[in-house]
Amino acid sequence: MGLFDRHAGLLEAYRDVRTTGHDPFQIRMERVLSPTTAIINGREMLTVGTNNYFGLTFDPSCMEAAIEAIRAEGTGTTGSRIANGSYSEHVSLEQEIAAFYGKKHCMVFTTGYQANLGIISTLVAQGDFLLIDADSHASIYDACKMTQAEVVRFKHNDPSSLEARLRRLGDKPGNRLVVLEGIYSMLGDSAPLKEFVEVCKKYNAYVLVDEAHSLGALGEHGRGLCEEAGVLDDCHFIVGTFSKTLGAIGGYCVSNDPDFDILRVTVRSYMFTASLPPSIVASVRQALRVVIARPELRKQLWDNVATLYDGLKARGFVLGPQHGPVVGVHLPDRTTAIGFWRAMLDAGIYVNVAVPPATPNGVSLLRCSLCAAHTKQQLEHMIDVMTGIGRQFGVLPEKSAAAD
Amino acid sequence: MTVENDGFADTLTLARDDVSRGEVIREICVHLAPYQAGEKPITGDTVIAKDLTIDSLAIMDMVMELEDRFDVSIPMNVIAEIHTVDQLADTILELRARA
Repeated sequence: MGLFDRHAGLLEAYRDVRTTGHDPFQIRMERVLSPTTAIINGREMLTVGTNNYFGLTFDPSCMEAAIEAIRAEGTGTTGSRIANGSYSEHVSLEQEIAAFYGKKHCMVFTTGYQANLGIISTLVAQGDFLLIDADSHASIYDACKMTQAEVVRFKHNDPSSLEARLRRLGDKPGNRLVVLEGIYSMLGDSAPLKEFVEVCKKYNAYVLVDEAHSLGALGEHGRGLCEEAGVLDDCHFIVGTFSKTLGAIGGYCVSNDPDFDILRVTVRSYMFTASLPPSIVASVRQALRVVIARPELRKQLWDNVATLYDGLKARGFVLGPQHGPVVGVHLPDRTTAIGFWRAMLDAGIYVNVAVPPATPNGVSLLRCSLCAAHTKQQLEHMIDVMTGIGRQFGVLPEKSAAAD
Repeated sequence: MTVENDGFADTLTLARDDVSRGEVIREICVHLAPYQAGEKPITGDTVIAKDLTIDSLAIMDMVMELEDRFDVSIPMNVIAEIHTVDQLADTILELRARA
């Protein structure tokens, strides 16, 4: 048996995907022009699949901050915080994120994936219990493989399913850690966090919320679902990323736990990887200031969500359960999803395609993510394009009075 | 025996010792039936991930249904060690006996 034989099933699925003529997993942006446009296959496309929720990747103040930092401190740190030491800007960034949440402590990671992986796998150990939502991100599932704690899944966004599992643990000794996400990345739905927190309090469980897709988007100050649901003080650990709303890369975890800093010498994904380069730290610090100073970006984002979600729904598409900066469009199967994605590309619009096994319940999706910088006109054009393709693929009924 | 659609009722209507091995096997088979490959019947020896068309995610989702039906929790590392229908049934019965 060869090393790659075990991937035969995946290889076959991947071959199917590529028969459409384009490989969605190897798409090349020949040139990214703005948060909402890029040149792909030699032509300018509208990009609606970038997680660039506030459009800050091209924010002049963030770009200048990064450029200035490179001139001042060079291109990289060439080592980990533990071995090479922290730059004072790493520490400033941590203080600013902690202050943003009103929490005492913050640790910054080189990616959001590493933040989840390291924090979750280190917080619980043998004799503890880790309870995760069935639709959790891969970084959370991967953390489960790295801990000796007993891991139990509960039904997606279902507090009663979590409660049943906490109840079954009875009076067994050991910590309970519940992991939730502010916004789920495939369908854009939010956790019923208030209800979850009530259950966790009842059973004395710690709560960790991943706000990767909700930072900036949710809450009066953009702190995420914890703020929106009014449970910021009840969430023991908040994890997030710099790679979406803040337009760069990196991850973080904030907490009020007095012993939090011990994680700096126990979390391996923090200790054994190079720290964020000065340019990233600088642009993230500036992006956080922009998020705080410009709440109108949040309003623009949600206006765009409403335009796309309500527009597609009115045309008859089956969408995720609620408005969210991610709009997942259900398609009947993998082949249709790939074909639809390809037809959109031909029409000048780039979105993501998500097919099993990367999706919950084996669904096939076109995954659209919105940006504050999209215009209403661009999104209305996109709705028209998708309606045409939907009819062509038999996903929507032929043109009828009701559809328009 | 009727299966209530209400998860809460499911977990409470079964007293601890009134579940037979046959019932557990039957319930597993009901969940696995949609994944039957060809004419080969599903038995205790059926290797779930190999003899059927079910993928690993669907197996975990099925386990969640069985957990609520029989009021037990099967940790993910235990699920990873389960290969056959018999082993799954034994795990459920063992966990019920221990609870």
